[in-house]
Amino acid sequence: MTTDDFKGIKARLGDISRRDFMRYCSIMAGALGLSTGLAPRIAQAIADPKRRPPVIWLHGQECTGCTETLLRPSHPSLDSLILDIISLDYHETLCAGAGQQAEASLAQSMRENAGKYVLIIEGAIPVKDNGIYCKIGGKTFLSLVEEVAAQAGAIIAIGSCAAWGGIPSAHPNPTGATSAPEVLKGKTVVTLPGCPPNPYNLLSTVVHVLSFGKLPKLDSLGRPTFAYGRLIHENCERRPHFDAGRFAEKFGDEGHRLGYCLYKLGCKGPVTHANCPEIQFNDLGGGTWPVGTGHPCFGCAEKGVGFTIPMFTQVEVLSPTPFARQAPIIPERPVPVSPITAALAGGALGLAIGASAVALRKLKDSPDDPDHPVKED
Amino acid sequence: MEVPLNAQYIRNMMMGAHLIHDHIVHFYHLSALDWVDLVSALKADAKAASSLAQKLSPWERNSVTEFKAAQERLRALVNSGQLGVYASGYWGHPAMKLSPEVNLLAATHYLQALEYQREINKVVAILGSKTPHIQNLAVGGVANPINPESQSTLSIEKLLHVKELIDKVGDFVENVYLIDVAAVGAFYADWTKYGAGVTNYLSVPDMPLDTKGEVFELPGGYIPGGDLGKFKPIKGFRDEMFRTSIKESIKHAWYNGDWDRHPWEEETVPKYTDFQENGKYSWVKSPTFGGQPAQVGPLANVLCMYAAGHQPTVKYANRALELVSSLAGVKVGIEALHSTIGRHAARAVRCATLYQSLKRQWQLLMDNLAKGDYQTYNQPVFPKGVQQGFGFHEAPRGTLSHWVVIEDGKIKNYQAIVPSTWNAAPRNDKDALGPYESALIGTPVADPEKPLEVLRTVHSFDPCLACAIHLLDREKHEIKRLKVL
Repeated sequence: MTTDDFKGIKARLGDISRRDFMRYCSIMAGALGLSTGLAPRIAQAIADPKRRPPVIWLHGQECTGCTETLLRPSHPSLDSLILDIISLDYHETLCAGAGQQAEASLAQSMRENAGKYVLIIEGAIPVKDNGIYCKIGGKTFLSLVEEVAAQAGAIIAIGSCAAWGGIPSAHPNPTGATSAPEVLKGKTVVTLPGCPPNPYNLLSTVVHVLSFGKLPKLDSLGRPTFAYGRLIHENCERRPHFDAGRFAEKFGDEGHRLGYCLYKLGCKGPVTHANCPEIQFNDLGGGTWPVGTGHPCFGCAEKGVGFTIPMFTQVEVLSPTPFARQAPIIPERPVPVSPITAALAGGALGLAIGASAVALRKLKDSPDDPDHPVKED
Repeated sequence: MEVPLNAQYIRNMMMGAHLIHDHIVHFYHLSALDWVDLVSALKADAKAASSLAQKLSPWERNSVTEFKAAQERLRALVNSGQLGVYASGYWGHPAMKLSPEVNLLAATHYLQALEYQREINKVVAILGSKTPHIQNLAVGGVANPINPESQSTLSIEKLLHVKELIDKVGDFVENVYLIDVAAVGAFYADWTKYGAGVTNYLSVPDMPLDTKGEVFELPGGYIPGGDLGKFKPIKGFRDEMFRTSIKESIKHAWYNGDWDRHPWEEETVPKYTDFQENGKYSWVKSPTFGGQPAQVGPLANVLCMYAAGHQPTVKYANRALELVSSLAGVKVGIEALHSTIGRHAARAVRCATLYQSLKRQWQLLMDNLAKGDYQTYNQPVFPKGVQQGFGFHEAPRGTLSHWVVIEDGKIKNYQAIVPSTWNAAPRNDKDALGPYESALIGTPVADPEKPLEVLRTVHSFDPCLACAIHLLDREKHEIKRLKVL
């Protein structure tokens, strides 16, 4: 990036140092699952003085939580997103005007940017009774989605409602709430399920498109693999407790207060694809996500799980990896760690496995109580 | 059943932090541009704007540097030719009255406020796992374990982070938000005459302080006809007046039939007819309290707390009114709050009051933990047979109540009466107007093509939904549609 490029960025992003800007680009590359070596390319895309890409955002059957979630990130913040990165030409919650003035903005952007704008759909689309259960400006949401999607350059369905139906589609689905991919059959729709999805999943998708000129790799349901490629269970910080058979049985019990696995409380991490444990929420880290707090995942991002299987009902582990079956219970006991034992651990691996196999056999009948440590031979 | 004290305090803190966030965002990001002209801010003398701001408040970020930076960002946006969400704004509208300097002051705070709403949201997320859509509530308490001997719980580090964030945002609320609202209110003092609408006010007590939910940090109640002297308190979850006074009518709503029922007796069977001027014209049912429409929201809440003598409310309300009076050069009293601009003022007063409550709840939690009480959850026992119940909460937009009938452990009927249902209600069974409808009567409209004044009044309620207002010119038979977003 040339010095002139960076001057342009400074003019647009305000008081930001070159180092901070490059770090932000590296974080963005990391969030996308890319090598941080690609940060300069991302920087270039953001620095490009050309027009900001136009985005049209439609709201259907939703609670605006997906929009609300965009208020939370810091890299970039909402103001940077809409002032510096994209041109949010239509958004019902955020546009300064209303009624005919807002609708004129929508029409103008569609006309000027036909084939180029990004359409973001928030909310399910009611199709029963010709779509009368959601109307905007006299039009059904169904007809609006079809009209705006026809000339969109890319389509993103944000949130579980738009991605697979979400809450409005829950049984008995009185309005025929339907997902964007089902309504827009034959079109590529990027889906970002979650209630709401992590805002960085949207931001990363948008920046991926801007930087590389193409959509990120998607799975068969339209989900970017950088965010939905693995089960929550596979990257959960409490996974070792699952493998060791240490579970919380109810809120506030000893296991819950020791940070054990929440599987028996009905955690849906084993059947839900999302990156919650990796990137967590609200820029906090330190276990700021449901399982980190002590609440089981309820599978908000996964069709057929969230708003479908009761919150505290146990699920079968999807595609178990070795150890992913309930292991015999191994209560915790203090293990003194010294530099010598740590160094020995590597060399004495075979012996260690043998020893724990013996311990396992003996533990089968012992009570699940960490206050009663196992007797050593 | 009882809820452990720690769980009450944790819930109360999430509630308080969420409300503060919501009020900041409503004022700066969802309604300020009804009053503030962003394009006019480009013409401002940043130095003069900064010095005005410094006269009004000791806040450290009212510097010339901050004001200039905000102005440059706006200029870059306008120069880019891509105004995005700002393209449809009412820049240069005859109802816009602020000077370029005041517009720049508000625009700078508009951008800065984005940071502070993000910070206070972190309080919600630390306790509630994430926001929006918290995940830590449990029937009988919260899912946050507390154990000072373990790593994976609500640790002291997290609680210290919460405290830091509360104080940081509290400073913004007291020294920026409350003052900006008073200033905008003073410059638009004529708006104290418009938009009162329904002056029956309903709010509920909130932030329970005991395990049984009988003592509350914040009082609530009912004020009929705007007369604070007739305030009747709502005492708690067993309050008979609250339980028996609410009904909902579907005479003008798109549901099957025509009835006026208590929520436990209701049903929700849609029947869409399209817009019928004298028939059904809304998806919103029409709730009443003691047979009357009622206004809910921060104004109702602040008036009830004021009438109940809640000291932090009285203090902040008086502080705001004194500032308005000194800026406007006339004595402005509590009666000015029955208005469009009064709803904004009350929201800021409530926000400052909530900052005090939030600090207090944090201290109560720490004090209780110091006693060695780490309990956060009681296992619920669901009784057999038919059970009727309700819960309430004073939400950002006002009184929220959920009504449920449970039969042998299964939900038989569930009705939620959300705040915007009260305020956006269509006419009721006796054809009395709801709060939005009645507040619009008498609103001056300078330009019927761009009825900004209508937006001001409807936005002042903080609608939770997009709604439509149809402007009808009976002589020209021309219908304008105004979507309030």
